[in-house]
Amino acid sequence: MDTQENPQQDPQPSDARPVLEAPDIARVLTRIAHEIVERAKGADDVVLLGIPTRGVFLARRLADKLAEITDRKIPVGSLDITMYRDDLRMHPPRALARTEIPGDGIDGRLVVLVDDVLFSGRTIRAALDALNDIGRPRAVQLAVLVDRGHRELPIRADYVGKNLPTSLRETVKVQLAEEDGRDTVLLGAKPAARGAQQ
Amino acid sequence: MQRHLISAADLTRDDAVLILDTAEEMARVADRPIKKLPTLRGRTIVNLFFEDSTRTRISFEAAEKRLSADVINFSAKGSSVSKGESLKDTAQTLEAMGVDAVVIRHGASGAPYRLANSGWIDAAVINAGDGTHQHPTQALLDAFTMRRRLVGRDAGLGQDLSGKRITLVGDVLHSRVARSNVDLLHTLGAEVTLVAPPTLLPVGIESWPCEVSYDLDSTLPKSDAVMMLRVQRERMHAAFFPTEREYSRRYGLDGDRMARMPEHAIVMHPGPMVRGMEITAEVADSDRCTVVEQVANGVSIRMAVLYLLLGGNEPAVTHTRTTEEK
Repeated sequence: MDTQENPQQDPQPSDARPVLEAPDIARVLTRIAHEIVERAKGADDVVLLGIPTRGVFLARRLADKLAEITDRKIPVGSLDITMYRDDLRMHPPRALARTEIPGDGIDGRLVVLVDDVLFSGRTIRAALDALNDIGRPRAVQLAVLVDRGHRELPIRADYVGKNLPTSLRETVKVQLAEEDGRDTVLLGAKPAARGAQQ
Repeated sequence: MQRHLISAADLTRDDAVLILDTAEEMARVADRPIKKLPTLRGRTIVNLFFEDSTRTRISFEAAEKRLSADVINFSAKGSSVSKGESLKDTAQTLEAMGVDAVVIRHGASGAPYRLANSGWIDAAVINAGDGTHQHPTQALLDAFTMRRRLVGRDAGLGQDLSGKRITLVGDVLHSRVARSNVDLLHTLGAEVTLVAPPTLLPVGIESWPCEVSYDLDSTLPKSDAVMMLRVQRERMHAAFFPTEREYSRRYGLDGDRMARMPEHAIVMHPGPMVRGMEITAEVADSDRCTVVEQVANGVSIRMAVLYLLLGGNEPAVTHTRTTEEK
């Protein structure tokens, strides 16, 4: 999850409006799965790594869809980036999430990083550093549910669920059934008090 | 704001569980081809050891290096301390060098507390054993080992040790490990029993949050973990028991006694073991004995403590009480 931007945001800002609902999210993931198969020419060596928390659930869902399309089990894992963040010194230490690399490792494979929101790009930079300590993939690609713009690093996604032009005063909140009890993407206004943090 | 780890008694249940959970993730780094994290890059940690130690010093050093900290090792032997320098002057020398944390082991109980609360230095202080007072990271790694073995690696996440029956046997009087373990295990909800000859129990033991027994054989069947403590000859200046043979007959753990423990129960020892004294070779080498595991877990626990105290702009660990209550 792109916690870098909104670490302890309201689960549901009062005036948030949904931009993607459950059926949209399902369709978007199906499309991304097909794009991965197309670009990887069959997804033989694909390993999906979700970035905790919600990226992991999205990665698992993508793996299920890929398995349906290719009739093969797709390795899926998680990659915690907490200890590679560039803003560690700006907050109290965070609790760590699980890093789970599938049994065969990532050496020589096509790793697809999966996250819910792509914003500054700093989370992905940290993820690339973390990957570097685990192995040497053949290539690394990035799949995100929502790209909200405002990049601070030269990073872009290979597979985007929805491009969502936003202003910095807005918040994007992804909710997934596994964690929040329902599937939705909410666009809301940032509470004034938190604006100073950017 | 507390930034130090001086005593296991300072930790709340939530702090302790957070440290154990963090250590569980740190342990996974040991399975990776590159056993290193960039988390403490640019931070300087001094290991200030006024007393001999093998495993604690190496363990801290490994943990610091795995988190990419710059490590300075200092041992009293061969330093200006042997020329008569005081703790204060040593501390101020370190402060002048811009140190972020000091891991201190000292023969005098309370030295880390003094270092942390005297205003001599700004650095975080981590107690690596002081006299007969405290050894908090040892207690944490013991609790971590118990949780892994008795609750489970994944099942244990977020859990404490409530309801587990832990027995500590031996030289409680001189043992900082026993003090730290009693404090931490009590915080984590375990039921602790101390077994020792009356001469090796400290005055005021009735105020400790634990049971006391003089009879090992009746306690063993009711224990989920039995921790054997070393008889600390170097701290003994009087006769505490008639002969070594009598001590090990009554308070040593051998194969017969181990057989009386429940199936799942484990044998622990903080090391260094004195084989033939408090533990027989048969027990020490059995797979119910977790000594080697404890050493491996020590690195993970120390990584977790260092990360939680130094990883951010302020520590993640909150402290309820200030030290030196006992």
